[in-house]
Amino acid sequence: MTPVTVPGALARACRAVRPAGPRDTVADVMPEWVAAPASLAEASALLAAATEHGLAVVPRGSGTAVGWGAPPTRCDLLIDTLRLDQVVEHEAGDLVARVQAGVTMAGLAGVLRSAGQQLALDVPPGNGSRGVSPTVGGVLATGAAGPRRLRYGTPRDLVIGITVVRADGTVAKSGGKVVKNVAGYDLGKLYTGSYGTLGLITEAVFRLHPLPAASVFVTAGYAGPDAAARAVAAAGGSDLAPTAIEIDRPGRDGLISVAVLLEGDPDGVAERAAGLRGVLGAGTAVADRPPPWWARLDTADRTVIRIAFWAAALPGVLAAVDSAGRAAGLDPAVGGSAAAGVLHAGLGRDAAPGAVADFLAGLRDGLAGLEPGSAGGAGPPARASAIVLTAPGPVRDRVDLWGPVPALSLMRAVKDQFDPGHLMAPGRLTGGI
Amino acid sequence: MTVQAMIPRMTEICGPAGVVADPAELRTYECDGLTSHRAMPGLVVLPETAEQVAAVVTECARAGVPFVARGSGTGLSGGALPRTDGVLIVTSRMRRIIAIDPVSQRAIVEPGVTNLAVSNAARPYGYFYAPDPSSQVICSVGGNVAENSGGAHCLKHGFTVHHVTGLQIVTPAGELTWLGDGTGAAPGYDLVGAFTGSEGTLGIVTKIVVRLTRIPQAITTLLAAFETTGAGGAAVSAIIGAGILPAAIEMMDALAIEAAEAAVHCNYPAGAGAVLVVELDGPEADVRRDGAAVRALCQEAGCTEIRAADDPAERAAIWAGRKSAFAAVGRISQAYLVQDGVVPRTALGEVLDKIAALAQASGIRVANVFHAGDGNLHPLVLYNDATPGEEAAAEEVSGAILDLCIEHGGSITGEHGVGTDKSRYMPRMFTPEDLDTMQLLRCAFDPAGLCNPGKIFPTPRLCGEVPGPRRGVHPLVASGQAEQF
Repeated sequence: MTPVTVPGALARACRAVRPAGPRDTVADVMPEWVAAPASLAEASALLAAATEHGLAVVPRGSGTAVGWGAPPTRCDLLIDTLRLDQVVEHEAGDLVARVQAGVTMAGLAGVLRSAGQQLALDVPPGNGSRGVSPTVGGVLATGAAGPRRLRYGTPRDLVIGITVVRADGTVAKSGGKVVKNVAGYDLGKLYTGSYGTLGLITEAVFRLHPLPAASVFVTAGYAGPDAAARAVAAAGGSDLAPTAIEIDRPGRDGLISVAVLLEGDPDGVAERAAGLRGVLGAGTAVADRPPPWWARLDTADRTVIRIAFWAAALPGVLAAVDSAGRAAGLDPAVGGSAAAGVLHAGLGRDAAPGAVADFLAGLRDGLAGLEPGSAGGAGPPARASAIVLTAPGPVRDRVDLWGPVPALSLMRAVKDQFDPGHLMAPGRLTGGI
Repeated sequence: MTVQAMIPRMTEICGPAGVVADPAELRTYECDGLTSHRAMPGLVVLPETAEQVAAVVTECARAGVPFVARGSGTGLSGGALPRTDGVLIVTSRMRRIIAIDPVSQRAIVEPGVTNLAVSNAARPYGYFYAPDPSSQVICSVGGNVAENSGGAHCLKHGFTVHHVTGLQIVTPAGELTWLGDGTGAAPGYDLVGAFTGSEGTLGIVTKIVVRLTRIPQAITTLLAAFETTGAGGAAVSAIIGAGILPAAIEMMDALAIEAAEAAVHCNYPAGAGAVLVVELDGPEADVRRDGAAVRALCQEAGCTEIRAADDPAERAAIWAGRKSAFAAVGRISQAYLVQDGVVPRTALGEVLDKIAALAQASGIRVANVFHAGDGNLHPLVLYNDATPGEEAAAEEVSGAILDLCIEHGGSITGEHGVGTDKSRYMPRMFTPEDLDTMQLLRCAFDPAGLCNPGKIFPTPRLCGEVPGPRRGVHPLVASGQAEQF
């Protein structure tokens, strides 16, 4: 029997296989081959062939976030999902869409808009690659979400069914195409935010929402973190049903902008906007367009740190950012979904890697020292986290991107079960997973 | 080690008041809300702290004794069915509400706290706990996490999994650990999401961080009567098609209305073939506008009468009929099966017709009460247990309804869970590869297969084995750690 070469095996599994080029790097790691399956059958055959030959595999959609997470410890085969590009089913009356992983968010939005519907996830504009929309598979794999997470949740809240291919080529699905369904384990949750480490997502079913009749943005500026935090808490605690509450602070000593999105009946939105002006205080502006910084996540060549916390800790989180920034000699821009407890701190490419490492360490110390609040010591031991979503290579080499993670040993056990050979995006997630 | 031999150690851990070994007392725990499945637990323990749960589970793991968690015992799929050779761990003494943090919109509670108690504790701050299973007065939050419980209002507000951001659990090895950090954005795998709805097979919850929801500005409830369920179904489609997302849309057919009327005199429109209960919540202007639109759409769909309720007492009167329906059916039938299946909303009309045809062909009456907004059917299959063969006929109709759900792209359970009751239906909905992949998660958490064994999956996977044709008796079955159905 003639030994089967790797390219031969890959070509037999999938029609579109080519040698990798400089545009195919994953966090500076160069794969050897790129394959673009056009069907579930091809994807399955491809992964089976990869496992057979011991190839490490990293999935990629549009590539807008392919640099997120830790660099893979190995990457032999890049699986490009862009040919899995079908909106398989959109039953408007069921508010559900079944979509292949390579469909872009913009493409899907176009299809849904014609029915007055949406997948209610904000996607930050392309990562330095203007005009490139992320794929639904990529959004699921990274768990990325934007301002409207306050109202609609994150990808894990909107995915109701998923089809995946495991490292050995096994095709498995969970959930289904009905919103209400508790039959079996919900693997959609597990794969969302798994960064490709458990297998290839090939298809997902999403719960949709109607497009709102009207939207307005109510914006105000505050001189300091405490005043801004009070405004965020007042808006979040009001009964005005905000869809999103965002803050933006370009630098430590600048104004903090707070913007609130209201959606719904046009007259009602106007009424609520007036009510919100009373909550936010003098100097509020009402507009039907978002402020320029809204939902912006500039990741090109920058270090972006995602901070998650209990919303009541907002003043403490901003203080932790400031104190770590001062100590490291850096002044990060901070912004994000303050009322939902998620902010991003961004540093430009001019920030020295050592200083970024100092900042991150100081920030994590500050977050660990946050007051536990009304829960006392009875809640989760860690109540906040800071992870590096993406960073230039020299920074990445200096820091622990993920930091401490609860239940890491269980996560390792999950990885060992789903991908015993550690061939799927090895090393990309926390703890070397 | 036998379960009886564990009594002294369990008494050390939980105290004498926390151990039940007397056969008469054990009988209290022999079933959950699904009374057709019964098993006497080998031993019952009632720990008061997470540390006690961990110590109990550690002992079980060491002795190779299976264990099952139970909250209030209201589950409807036999998920908390005990093991005669195992320990039943009851969380009803763990009922502290540890903290309410209104600014973070979070509460921390113990698993035995009742669902409604969370809303009651949050109300003074202007918040409520959104998932509201109809047993919310007694069902426990720990049980809700195990079952990923929904409720009438999950159409808009989502299920338990959307409202849980952190879980302290005891792993099947007896280790106390936190999944998630309460933020809802913890780094790493979403183990909170994967654990929620795992029906007690991945560990035992000892603390829960829940998300609280702001009480809406306005709530209005509409009751619309129709001549047929088909007309009611058309109204539901029209409402959703108009871009309106009510908090709840419930439907009852003539037989269910008759039962509710007999039980609670809910004064629903006489002679109606179907009633819809539509509840809208949110900002006042939106509720006003959507309320007017729902009225118009119901009228277009041919409703014969429509009533609105804006104050709590009127709303309660409308809901009384719907909430009493399951129990009320007991008045018109000696015995009945409660089914729980889901179809895509757009298939509702067709499936209801087919259910009616099934009922007619078999001579078994079916009353329909359902969450129409999300296609979650609860057909109540009525039979006379004194008539030989009728129970079997009812079982057959009930199973055929699930087949209809699967045929139409739906699910075998929308909220009651798979448990003991439906594991045999899982292969109709999922391939062997699907089930095998799900069980990888089980293997990661519970490689020894001691944590609520025999539930969900028709064929337990021996962790580490390669899927393929099986020869002889499964080793887990041979060792008594699992059952096959």
